[in-house]
Amino acid sequence: MTGLAGGAGPAGGKGPIGDGPAGGVRPDSGVPLLEVRDLVVHHGQLQALDAISLRVFPGEVYAIIGANGAGKSTLLRTIAGLHQPTEGSVLLDGNDVTQLRPERRARHGIVMVPEGRRLFGSLSVEENLQVGATYARPGGTWTIDAVYDVFDWMRARRHQRTGQLSGGEQQAVAVGRALVANPRVLLLDELSLGLAPVVVQRIYGMLPQILATGLTVLLVEQDVSQALRVASQIQCLLEGRTTLEGRPADVTAEQVEAAYFGLASTASAGRPGEGSDSLWPG
Amino acid sequence: MAWVNAIIQGVLTGGLYALFACGLSLMFGVMKVVNLAHGDLAVVAGYIAIGIIAATHVPVLWSFLIVVPVMAVLGYVLQRTLIQSALDRGVLTTLVVTLGLSLVIENGLLQFFTANTRGIGTGLALVQDSFSIGSQIQVAWLLVVFFAVAVAALLGLQYFLSRSRYGRLIRAVADDKEAAQLAGADYRHVFGIAAALALATVALGGIAYGMYSDLDPTAGTDTILLFAFAAVVIGGLGSLWGTLLGGIVLGVAQQIGAQINISDELLAGFIVFLVVLVLRPQGLTSRRAQS
Amino acid sequence: MSLITEASTQPAAAFRVTRSRRNVAWTGVGALVVVVVLALFPYIVYSGTTAILVQAFIVLTLASMWNLLAGYAGLVSVGQQAFVGLGAYFVLILGLHGTSPFAALPVAAIACGVAALPLWWLVSRLRSGYFAIATWVLAATIMLFIERFSSIGGGSGMPLPGFTGYSSVLLTADTYWAGLAVTVLAMAGIYLLLRSRLGLVLTAIRDDEVAARSSGARVGLARMLVFVVAGVGCGAAGGVLAISQLQVQPSADFSVQWTAEMAFATIIGGLGTIEGPIIGTAVYMILQQTLASYNAWYLIVVGLVAIVVALFARRGLWGLIDEKVHLRLFPVGYWLRAGGGAGRPRRMRWRRAHSFPA
Repeated sequence: MTGLAGGAGPAGGKGPIGDGPAGGVRPDSGVPLLEVRDLVVHHGQLQALDAISLRVFPGEVYAIIGANGAGKSTLLRTIAGLHQPTEGSVLLDGNDVTQLRPERRARHGIVMVPEGRRLFGSLSVEENLQVGATYARPGGTWTIDAVYDVFDWMRARRHQRTGQLSGGEQQAVAVGRALVANPRVLLLDELSLGLAPVVVQRIYGMLPQILATGLTVLLVEQDVSQALRVASQIQCLLEGRTTLEGRPADVTAEQVEAAYFGLASTASAGRPGEGSDSLWPG
Repeated sequence: MAWVNAIIQGVLTGGLYALFACGLSLMFGVMKVVNLAHGDLAVVAGYIAIGIIAATHVPVLWSFLIVVPVMAVLGYVLQRTLIQSALDRGVLTTLVVTLGLSLVIENGLLQFFTANTRGIGTGLALVQDSFSIGSQIQVAWLLVVFFAVAVAALLGLQYFLSRSRYGRLIRAVADDKEAAQLAGADYRHVFGIAAALALATVALGGIAYGMYSDLDPTAGTDTILLFAFAAVVIGGLGSLWGTLLGGIVLGVAQQIGAQINISDELLAGFIVFLVVLVLRPQGLTSRRAQS
Repeated sequence: MSLITEASTQPAAAFRVTRSRRNVAWTGVGALVVVVVLALFPYIVYSGTTAILVQAFIVLTLASMWNLLAGYAGLVSVGQQAFVGLGAYFVLILGLHGTSPFAALPVAAIACGVAALPLWWLVSRLRSGYFAIATWVLAATIMLFIERFSSIGGGSGMPLPGFTGYSSVLLTADTYWAGLAVTVLAMAGIYLLLRSRLGLVLTAIRDDEVAARSSGARVGLARMLVFVVAGVGCGAAGGVLAISQLQVQPSADFSVQWTAEMAFATIIGGLGTIEGPIIGTAVYMILQQTLASYNAWYLIVVGLVAIVVALFARRGLWGLIDEKVHLRLFPVGYWLRAGGGAGRPRRMRWRRAHSFPA
């Protein structure tokens, strides 16, 4: 796990961590764009998720963090439809999509960029994008040309097979392939895996552009500081359960650390009245 | 000169083998299915043609136009029902189910058509004729036609796979069917399309085989399936033109074997197959080693 | 508030590992009784019946071998007919040199085991689909090769020598006993094999090959041994076939039909159990006898039943029985018995610690 971004504060390390995007103010009511209710997921006999719930509102960047094996990718894959939950439901705009196959969910607007890129190796860059656009929801602003406009290097190399691209370039193509499907919710699974930090920064730097076109993002990240930098809302998982949720601005380094590792909270030690206990679940 | 004749005949027969092989290569490359009933389906196509010709007396060449689409639809249905169910349950089940299908088809044909061989007579002078190159080389017109049909079919397949929407989807699903799902593609439907293509080409092969030699219910497993696999393995999996190369190598090996000893025709082909399988299982055209 | 959920702690129950749930010593006695009764058949029943039983013995032996290959070693071979034919021809060749066919039988079986070694070398690196096709092509190649030699009958085969002076009654009986002996030895051999270390290795491979390899299991060696054993078994069956037919015939002895028969008998009966092939063979023979007058129908029915069973009853007929009754005539797995130890166990819970192929 990478170190937490320094929230320079008084001794004890209390203080706000990261700030996230300014937008994405959560409404008090209304239908969330994407909702997960009491999701229980098993891998064979092993329980991966234990009654997980979350709500993502339009325009948000919702980040799920946690250690390896916490269940983050399982959660995303279940939302995308690649995994069937044992109990619980997934709702898009209030409609239950739990029984829908992954390709149907994609056509309704839940599009995932899977862990490890998973590009079509024998197809060219442009063909990858074309496949992504095959079942696109009509009326989106993300055409293949629009993707080329954002990633300027791609247009010149669009006939190259994706197996020959670097990791960062492949990640860009994978994101582009998802964008041209005109999603409503973009699921990003471990974008930073296997990439150099500067490349990761550049890709995440695109998020504002993506959000500006009306998309909502739900992402899974192992790099906690990166997640805290871009997210408007975070949720931490540990061994299949939620240990923390809230806005990055409202949580402290220790709280995240405790939630991440599953330690008893140290936040309330020392000065009374400080620390946000209200963000702890239950 | 007999050798030159033999080699030319071997090359041209390679076209016929390519027609058998490209469907198999497609199904194995896209769905990872070893369809043990593949040869029998070619024979079925031949028998359907015989039946249609007998019942409606249409010109033989029209039978192609009827049988190929029928087999394509059959391929789609078979894939979406039987083969997909077997695939969902694993490799062993797929092998057993296609073996079962092969058994049912062969014995069904035996039951209804008896073991007698049937040919598809074209009645055209073209079929019996051969032309000469120089004074000593004789080439059967029919074989030239088959080779041309095979090349045309391969060209058509290549164009379809590289340019069309479904061709792209087939290639994408072959690479990573889960990622294709995430992009909105129902891979079961795409598999069905690939199976339809496979059976369409195998139908061409079956009818051609019926014109060239005679059909009998067991020809599917006795000869066609093994030739198809030999062509695929020798030429290289995943390469359409590799199946043509594989078919040609197989055909030439067989003819050379026949020249050495008339009864060694089949044996020579299989020996070449085994040699390639042992030394270079990825085939002659593939650059990667088989993983 | 603690974040760590208290792991529910249970008192560590004492576990006992046993080979079978009930005392199946009586099964061993039962099997012995069955064998003895079968051995008496030539004295009791008509020769027509013993002839059918010889066929059944051949199919049962072959099915048990295919079960060993596919169900335990993960090797799906579509070419075992190579060994059936080789067994038949080794008996012929030995017979041509003066050996009685019955004496030649064990030698032929062992010769098939030896022949399996170079064949294994040819195909061992191939995986599933390629392996299946390669075995088939190998079988076809061997048949074509043998057909070249007119001294052993060429393409049309030849009668088996060494039967002159044999009374028909004695011949029928001896053929029957040979078939019975081969089957009993084959099944006993498989049973002992699976209870041995090799059996443990095979189960490990079947469950998770990578894990087995990294635990030190000699996967390649285990598979090779199984392939050789299957070669011996199929070869012995082929020898019995030749004896029962009084001739060798390449197209029949090397026919891929044998693979279909052994595969389907195994699948229908239940892959991965020793009892499965017994039931499968019984079903196959019943179908054959009742539908034989309808020519090819019985094979159509067999094929359809195999497809249905493979898709919907993956553990075969024996699997269906096993689920209800938890009976193992040939216990090769392990049972975990909870709650043993001092005092009365609260509840006996049986957990099978041995899984089936996926």
